[in-house]
Amino acid sequence: MAPAVLIEQLQKRYGAIEAVKDVSLQVESGEIFGLLGPNGAGKTTTLRCLCTLTEPDSGRIEVSGVSAIEHPRLARQHLGYVAQEVALDKVLTGRELLELQAALYHLPRQTIKPRIVEILTLLGLDEWADKKSGTYSGGLKKRLDLAAGLLHQPDVLILDEPTVGLDIESRVAVWNFLRELRSQGTTVLITSHYLEEVDALADRVAIIDRGIVIAAGTPSELKDQVGGDRVTLRIREFSPVEEAEQAKVLLEALPLVQEVIINRAQGNSLNLVVAPQSEALITIQNALQQAGLPTFGIAQARPSLDDVYLNATGRTLLDAEIAAAGSRDLKAEKKQNMR
Amino acid sequence: MSRTITPPQSEFKDQVGAIALPKSTPLSDFIQETLALTRRLFIQLQRRPSTLAAGIIQPLMWLVLFGALFQNAPQGLFGDSASYGQFLGAGIIVFTAFGGALNAGLPVMFDREFGFLNRLLVAPLASRFSIVMASAIFITTLSLIQTAAIVVMSAFLGSGLPNALGLALVGLIVLMLVLAVTALSLGLAFALPGHIELIAVIFVTNLPLLFASTALVPLSFMPKWLQVVATLNPLSYAIEPIRYVYLHSDWNLGSVVVQAPWGAVTMGTSLLILLGFNVVAFLAIQPLLKRTLA
Ligand SMILES: Nc1ncnc2c1ncn2[C@@H]1O[C@H](COP(=O)(O)OP(=O)(O)OP(=O)(O)O)[C@@H](O)[C@H]1O
Ligand SMILES: [Mg+2]
Repeated sequence: MAPAVLIEQLQKRYGAIEAVKDVSLQVESGEIFGLLGPNGAGKTTTLRCLCTLTEPDSGRIEVSGVSAIEHPRLARQHLGYVAQEVALDKVLTGRELLELQAALYHLPRQTIKPRIVEILTLLGLDEWADKKSGTYSGGLKKRLDLAAGLLHQPDVLILDEPTVGLDIESRVAVWNFLRELRSQGTTVLITSHYLEEVDALADRVAIIDRGIVIAAGTPSELKDQVGGDRVTLRIREFSPVEEAEQAKVLLEALPLVQEVIINRAQGNSLNLVVAPQSEALITIQNALQQAGLPTFGIAQARPSLDDVYLNATGRTLLDAEIAAAGSRDLKAEKKQNMR
Repeated sequence: MSRTITPPQSEFKDQVGAIALPKSTPLSDFIQETLALTRRLFIQLQRRPSTLAAGIIQPLMWLVLFGALFQNAPQGLFGDSASYGQFLGAGIIVFTAFGGALNAGLPVMFDREFGFLNRLLVAPLASRFSIVMASAIFITTLSLIQTAAIVVMSAFLGSGLPNALGLALVGLIVLMLVLAVTALSLGLAFALPGHIELIAVIFVTNLPLLFASTALVPLSFMPKWLQVVATLNPLSYAIEPIRYVYLHSDWNLGSVVVQAPWGAVTMGTSLLILLGFNVVAFLAIQPLLKRTLA
């Protein structure tokens, strides 16, 4: 069976900016696929190309085996798209928006009314159905937008940052909802720059940075590839630099320790990479004790997706976000993305 | 999102399979989407009735105030018209329809700017021409309502009424003008970068085209150069036939409606010119629509 989504060597530039340099990914039918990357990585551009809103410069895009470039109309029939920015008509009620949406997807007339009732209930919007969407709260708007994307029961649901701006509770509700959809066979492709979100939700992940896929696989595969567990160690709540340096030298001599970094921003705590699944904590604590150093706090964890990103790019996601924030002309982009 | 979200029920798909549904065709799909898009525009109008009210009150004020301006002008100054008010009626009808159609692109431009248009563009529309079609239906309906209001008002002001066939012709002319101008405005809505630019274009076209037409004064009042401009202005070919049917119940396609510097223009020629205007307008916007609406 053809994969739900196939993207090969996608390329898209806006003038001098290469928004997407080389993106290839394959989303299997019935999985939740996460596209993770910092601001400006090219996530939205990739999705816009997939949804036939933007014409790529080169590359192949297929939805359930249908080329989105040669047969955009056919491809659109398989897709449901919920854009990064909610765009509702504030004069229409929720129900009216869904009625419009139903007609745009040519749902058979007699099924429209019951289907709308069903989806409104599903997203807990019943009470709001006949109020103008201009009066909705941010969370309600997002829900209505989601309802519109789901109304025609697409094979592939594409969500661009579905949980941005939602509180934790709402976010978890969306996660559960997407899992439920998956269990019924819908393929879900989401973008996010929340590591935990992708880690918790996605069956498979592609990490994208500056228009290039730098890693792809299941979250645990990716973490295994990075190798080594992470240990954070605090000798005291605030250690003097000399003491941290001393501990660093001491710990680097231990065979199971691969790397030690002093984190000055965190009161000179130590970040260690140690052999995976090792009994590192005891060994480290013993070594410190013999040198007459106390242990204020110590924890061992498997690497996170952030470590995967760090390993591939040499910077953390947070650093990348901060760097990207300074270098974008949001207004110009908004203009460009209008069609 | 609250915790009240329950898992989706999958009844819907089974249900669709169970009922024997009528087959949809590209044409029925096109009609379905066009009607839905048109409905949206009418809902907007209904919830913001002030735009409609203003669109009706404004031409009526023109008619009353402007008509009074030359109240005491000598009889016969405005050709066969008994009064300036009677002369002006046709100009106000056309100017109002023109102004409405010129603004047709604005809602589409706002949809582009807010991202709502993306919602339409990711949907598997039978043809994206339905977006244009919906605007055209909406604007022509609106223009016909405005026209009716002006016709009724000018009858009250003593300008008389064309006969039924004449009224039908007035409707047809308004329709032709509105379609062409709506097309141009929608083309601009896709070509220009944003609503500021579109409003600027509307601003610099609207009044100059009014003054460079025969809406307010007959050709004979104008200097030669303006006569040439006015006879190149498609608005004149909507105004003159309407003016003619107001004054002559015995009109036919051969009736001479205006003396242009280059010769007599008949009713039939005017209609052909309006038709040509439509063809040119629709051809002109093709490439613009293709770029976005391919
Ligand atoms: N229409 C446009 N015109 C010019 N540059 C653009 C346009 N759209 C995107 N870009 C640029 O392309 C790059 C990728 O943008 P994109 O929106 O795809 O990133 P993203 O991964 O979705 O980011 P975010 O997490 O902030 O949504 C950015 O550098 C951006 O500045
Ligand atoms: Mg984005």
